Amino acid sequence: MSDQSQQFQQQVLSAVENNQALRIEGGNSKNFLGNKVDGDVLSTRTHTGVVSYDPSELVITARSGTPLSEIKQVLADNQQMLAFEPPSFGEQATLGGTIACNLSGPARAYAGAARDFVLGCKIINGKGEILQFGGQVIKNVAGYDASRLMAGAYGTLGLILEVSLKVLPMAHRQMTIAASMTQEKAIKTINELSGKNLPITASSFSEDQLYIRLGSTHKNTQSVHDKIKHLLNAQTIENGDDFWQSIREQQHRFFKTDKTLWRLSVPTTANPLEFSKEQFIEWGGACRWLKADMNEQQLRQKIKAVGGHAMIFRQSSGNAPACFQALDAPLVKIHQRLKKAFDPAGILNPGRLYKGL
Amino acid sequence: MATNQNKNKLIQSLQHILPASSILSEQEDLRPYECDGLSAYRQTPLLVVLPESVEQVQSIVILCSQLQVPVIARGAGTGLSGGALPLADGVLLSLAKFNQILSIDALARTAVVQPGVRNLAISDAVKTYGLYYAPDPSSQIACSIGGNVAENSGGVHCLKYGLTVHNILKLKVVTVDGELLTIGSDALDSPGYDLLALMTGSEGMLGIIVEVTVKLLPIPSQARVLMASFDDVFNAGKAVANIISGGIIPAGLEMMDRLAIKAAEDFIHADYPLDAEAILLCELDGSELEVDEWIPIAIGILEKSGATDIRLAKNEAERAKFWQGRKSAFPAVGRMAPDYYCMDGTIPRRELANVLKRIAELSHEYDLPVANVFHAGDGNMHPLILYDANIEGELERTEEFGAKILQACVKAGGSITGEHGVGMEKIDQMCIQFQAAELAQFHAIKHAFDPQQLLNPGKAVPTLHRCAELGAMHVHHGKLPHPDLPRF
Repeated sequence: MSDQSQQFQQQVLSAVENNQALRIEGGNSKNFLGNKVDGDVLSTRTHTGVVSYDPSELVITARSGTPLSEIKQVLADNQQMLAFEPPSFGEQATLGGTIACNLSGPARAYAGAARDFVLGCKIINGKGEILQFGGQVIKNVAGYDASRLMAGAYGTLGLILEVSLKVLPMAHRQMTIAASMTQEKAIKTINELSGKNLPITASSFSEDQLYIRLGSTHKNTQSVHDKIKHLLNAQTIENGDDFWQSIREQQHRFFKTDKTLWRLSVPTTANPLEFSKEQFIEWGGACRWLKADMNEQQLRQKIKAVGGHAMIFRQSSGNAPACFQALDAPLVKIHQRLKKAFDPAGILNPGRLYKGL
Repeated sequence: MATNQNKNKLIQSLQHILPASSILSEQEDLRPYECDGLSAYRQTPLLVVLPESVEQVQSIVILCSQLQVPVIARGAGTGLSGGALPLADGVLLSLAKFNQILSIDALARTAVVQPGVRNLAISDAVKTYGLYYAPDPSSQIACSIGGNVAENSGGVHCLKYGLTVHNILKLKVVTVDGELLTIGSDALDSPGYDLLALMTGSEGMLGIIVEVTVKLLPIPSQARVLMASFDDVFNAGKAVANIISGGIIPAGLEMMDRLAIKAAEDFIHADYPLDAEAILLCELDGSELEVDEWIPIAIGILEKSGATDIRLAKNEAERAKFWQGRKSAFPAVGRMAPDYYCMDGTIPRRELANVLKRIAELSHEYDLPVANVFHAGDGNMHPLILYDANIEGELERTEEFGAKILQACVKAGGSITGEHGVGMEKIDQMCIQFQAAELAQFHAIKHAFDPQQLLNPGKAVPTLHRCAELGAMHVHHGKLPHPDLPRF
């Protein structure tokens, strides 16, 4: 347990004075995400510790450098969890990095994203001010929602010092089934099932198999499992936890590639995308992973046309295009003004998200 | 802009955008818009405009920007914090004519609706697909979805199903420059900053919402409600904590204290126990099997927590009756005194007994009775202070009492508002919850969207000057923030 806030504040203030960019780093497990940043490293690694956690409040507050594994363990000891099931992508992963990148796992379409669970944030903005937004209560509409804004901002609006997250109880039991079908059928099926009152907690499709995870009370999980198994002529997957973990951490064989890994975020019902056979579907159809070295502009245009956006998740080789889909002009203006509102000197992770931010 | 000449010039310019019938300027036409659901604050607007197309909204905003006239957006006007309170020199832009459900996609479980569509109308329209829109503020029969987004509205099911921010996908917003922004997307996320979160709950200060894409959920096949009585409020609070730490996420978990129970029982005859100090309503929903598994667990926890009586609603009719008492609590309390004032603070649940004790002390001190209803599942208190506005000075005393309740909530680690918003009502309490640098950051956010301060100006975020005058500014480490500001 160690609070480094004062040191960080000094570091930010001197960076402003020297007009020196800072590259915020936690466990450095997500340095592959986003664009490259040149700057002095500000490491949150020693800024650790759970500040407060009371299982009956369903809220945990911890410093940004706290290892994600520690948070998960503390919660698991009380049969609770981060319901957005964040990936670690390495043992060193920190809470701050997870929130800054807004990373969520297989449960995302059913439980929500990291941003949905953020209740409050303590940050240092680009002026070196320590600010507290939101709080430790589930309902709070005082002031603009600046804490949720930190989720997915990749550290460009503020250095996250502490985060308060809503947590949830674990399901009593989880079961996974797999059914053979075409991609088209799988997209339709998972959307239809998602509209029924079923305890689905994850879904994926690859190699002509639709996988569905169920999680609820003991008898309910078993009963729904039996019904869907019969309905889809499916099989039970015995080591379901390992299977979903391999997807979450991208250790599944699909993700072993030398090509660029794209994350295509699309409406859940979008038809099969005809880019390449090498696709992997998650989140009830809303996330399509694609491994392909292809024309960036063309791909982005096609994805935009179906109402989505494309992000380069892992780059095949250096000298690469921008990671995130370009914003429409009116949104660019607002992004630039917001950046200026939080970080007028432009020293916090400049360019990590977009050039000029 | 206050002169009649300017007003006439504005009306003339607006007539190029809108038919004359959509521009209200006579006193008797403006009167219905002088307040929202918080009727203690009233102000007649300069004009009311009732556009019916996005292009009209854009043109109105561009015109008002050019003439430096403030624009206040208004949905159904059911807000409880004066967020839609007009300005004497401002145009009130009503979105009442934007009342169409534009499309429903049952397979994708989304609906695209105009901002003036009523909350409950969405659920009614999609019921046929076995779907509903989850956030259910108690005004859902009247309140509009645009207002829900502007306030990040909640309801009794927030713990399990989330707030408005968790249940929308995409917004179309007109900026102060008259540009049409698409925020969010039909996918689960969108690139760049989370403007969807920022816009939700921004009380009409960052843009005017002209379209909302909502997420829809499958209707639970089963819902059952337990009513537990307690002879001690402290035990009821403990029961809430035990239910949550027992791994149960109730669809609704509501508490009422003795005075609220009596008011509801006298009004509705919901069969509430009049000898109890507190009751808890605990609703469990899901599949039949799941609910059947949870009920004995919940009953066991309630027994261990000292409940003196536990009743499971036998059927749908009894369930509706149990809820009717709770849902009628506000009007029921309204029968006990000429006026009541509803507070909206949130607290960590563990602080419940302490904060209730503090409220009881204050009630004694101010000699004003309080009935407490409480969204116990999510820590949202609604103390209702009973008063008589016709007695001189009693409204002021009530407001002072209310402010002290909110102070107690902040002190307990909570917030001054859980779901009603800051608006005009709680603007001074913002000085208690936030420090100067935080308020300055809010102003900087506002400036990023609305540099000239024309969208609902003066609401939600107090000026540092106002806080300094109030003397309510946080003093951090003994240092007064912004010592250069004049203080009175």
